[in-house]
Amino acid sequence: MALRSLFSRKSLAGLSAASRTSSCLDSRALGLAGLSQSRGLKTASLPDLPYDYGALEPAISGDIMQLHHQKHHQTYVTNYNKALEQLHEATLKGDVGTVVKLQSAIKFNGGGHVNHSIFWKNLAPVREGGGEPPHGSLGWAIDTHFGSVEALIQKMNAEGAALQGSGWVWLGLDKETKKLVVDTTANQDPLVTKGATLIPLLGIDVWEHAYYLQYKNVRPDYLKNIWKVMNWKYAGEIYQQECP
Amino acid sequence: MSSCNVFAPSCHLQVFLANDSCHALYNLKAPPFMLPSPAKKQSSPFDRRRRASKAVAYFGLKPPPYQLDALEPHMSKKTVELHWGGHHRGYLENLNKALAKDDVLYSYTMDELITVTYNRGNPLPIFNNAAQVWNHDFFWESMQPGGGGIPELGLLDQIEKDFGSFTNFREKFVEAALTSFGSGWVWLVLKREEKHLAIVKTSNAFTPLIWDDINIYHLCFSQHAYYLDYKNERAKYVNAFMDHLVSWNTAMGRLARAEAFVNLGEPNIPVA
Repeated sequence: MALRSLFSRKSLAGLSAASRTSSCLDSRALGLAGLSQSRGLKTASLPDLPYDYGALEPAISGDIMQLHHQKHHQTYVTNYNKALEQLHEATLKGDVGTVVKLQSAIKFNGGGHVNHSIFWKNLAPVREGGGEPPHGSLGWAIDTHFGSVEALIQKMNAEGAALQGSGWVWLGLDKETKKLVVDTTANQDPLVTKGATLIPLLGIDVWEHAYYLQYKNVRPDYLKNIWKVMNWKYAGEIYQQECP
Repeated sequence: MSSCNVFAPSCHLQVFLANDSCHALYNLKAPPFMLPSPAKKQSSPFDRRRRASKAVAYFGLKPPPYQLDALEPHMSKKTVELHWGGHHRGYLENLNKALAKDDVLYSYTMDELITVTYNRGNPLPIFNNAAQVWNHDFFWESMQPGGGGIPELGLLDQIEKDFGSFTNFREKFVEAALTSFGSGWVWLVLKREEKHLAIVKTSNAFTPLIWDDINIYHLCFSQHAYYLDYKNERAKYVNAFMDHLVSWNTAMGRLARAEAFVNLGEPNIPVA
């Protein structure tokens, strides 16, 4: 139990460090740099949630949180590790065809792992500050770029509701221009696939598994309510690191 | 190249007589609660003066050819209600709303609409709604209570010819459904040029119709199709679909009609 939480803290720390610099999404980190380590592959593992499954009610039900974490996210982790093993073998053998064939599985499952790891940190129970609007430099930047936090929320909700099929809606920071952006990605594509300099601050999962049991097909209601448990503190910390 | 597609589920038209005092609905099957509200009159440059009555027609929501709870326990009534009454109806209402504003596209048949708005790979916004209405009509008809099992006659022969055996085909179909990401459909199509059956995956609204292939049946692997019944266990859903839901009768009928357009009996004579 202690060992498991040690591993998950490590992987969570490793992942959050990586997500700050977005180097873990870089193909080099996923592929060859990792493989050149002398001691085997660095596989992914399911991070623990920093709160109970039921802690985000009534915005998101405990059932959904449990399924989402224990089934969906775990599946992404498992399948990513499988694909990584296969990639390792194919690379050693020089089997270029298989290397290329595995890319979509790695992008999908690895992306799913990356995105959901960020997602769990984007949410917080109300008693731990979930839903509290952003302060400091991020709040100021939002007011500058979007007019107000409400305007930003409206924009993200509109884009999230309009997204066809499965995907994510993001509040991102372009680390070169230091501008905030709202963007969407399809399936499990991480935000970097929309721009190499984009860093995710907040992501909202609009796959149906994220809300269907509770909100059925009324995605706009889910989008309205998720802001009540949004962890702006985390977004603010990431922002301050990039824009001190 | 056929612009007249006899394989489409008949898109159920509603005709409105729109005038000041009378809204008459000529409608075949749907009960009142699901009808879209009467649309405003189409204005045209030639219609300067308001006539006593003018007919405008929009697409209607066609109900599945069975009761909403008929697919239990493999697909619950709740799922069908939401999938048909929520998702499918949403696409339809958005389609009609868009058509009300577009004089050119308004008059097209469903198949023409899909082909034209696909715009050779650069789809217009209305494509999404039109194609999804078509896809969902096709979906309800591809299932039946007491379905599943093994097809017979010409369809079974053709499957054995193109896949080796039905078991092999079923395996490939299920595999395709399980390895697809996100939202979309897995189809059994008859390829017009190559004259054989094939399994095709498409995402979101896309349908092999746009590549002029003939659709035989399909499965919706979007999460809203199975989440309430199976949660994350897509494999259980796909197997239940193949074992208990897929309407081989409908599929056989579609293949039989396809043979009027594709000569499956032609031998493959190599050109010297």
